[in-house]
Amino acid sequence: MKIREIAQLLDAQVLCCEEELDTEVSDAFCCDMMSDVLAFATNQSVLITGLLNPQVVRTAMMLDMHCIVFVCGKLPTPEIVSLASANDIVTMVTEHHTFSAAGRLYETGLLHGE
Amino acid sequence: MSALTFHYDVDGQDFSSAGEASVAVKKKLRQMGFPPDVIRRCSIAMYEGEINMVIHANGGTADVQVEPDKITIILEDHGPGIPDVELAMKEGYSTSTEEIRTMGFGAGMGLPNMKRYTESLEIETEVGVGTKLTMVVKV
Repeated sequence: MKIREIAQLLDAQVLCCEEELDTEVSDAFCCDMMSDVLAFATNQSVLITGLLNPQVVRTAMMLDMHCIVFVCGKLPTPEIVSLASANDIVTMVTEHHTFSAAGRLYETGLLHGE
Repeated sequence: MSALTFHYDVDGQDFSSAGEASVAVKKKLRQMGFPPDVIRRCSIAMYEGEINMVIHANGGTADVQVEPDKITIILEDHGPGIPDVELAMKEGYSTSTEEIRTMGFGAGMGLPNMKRYTESLEIETEVGVGTKLTMVVKV
């Protein structure tokens, strides 16, 4: 699935790295505890979270993720967006809650990783 | 061949900048052409350590030695020390505050993760003096 399709499925507003929207991704991880993301994420390239701070971006960077979806309409600060932008991580915000966002993506074939 | 070494000071005052040293190391390892798996393990282990230094110890120093067959990460702080290392190594055990948890950390996975992603993790710690972690990732 292309990141572009994720944005469409979630009616999300893309905040940076639009030039990366055609990147293919196949797996996602969904969590607000970055400790758990670092412990349990394997090969997922999309992070779905309701947590807003720069450590979300750094966690995604450490795991070589390509996309962060902020849920519940939580708009990240310009500092967070510019950190993601500088590291080529597509960042978007959706009004969907975590369960609904994850469910929509799962239903259309995005997986949960190995 | 002698090791390439990098030194970083980790600012304990600013949680939002925590992880910058790990990001810098990750970029250097990538430029040097190490395998993605090695880079990923080093980055996660060092990032966890860096976050811990900021959360628990008011910062510290990070020294990374890069050799062709292994990467050694040494994190040293003058924080409170770890009273019970065995307990601290248990997944889920944490002494973090609620405030830290609201920032997405303090799930008690830091030290276990460092062990999980490295070939060796050595902990030298003394209560009231500080902690030194030495982690080795083999290439």
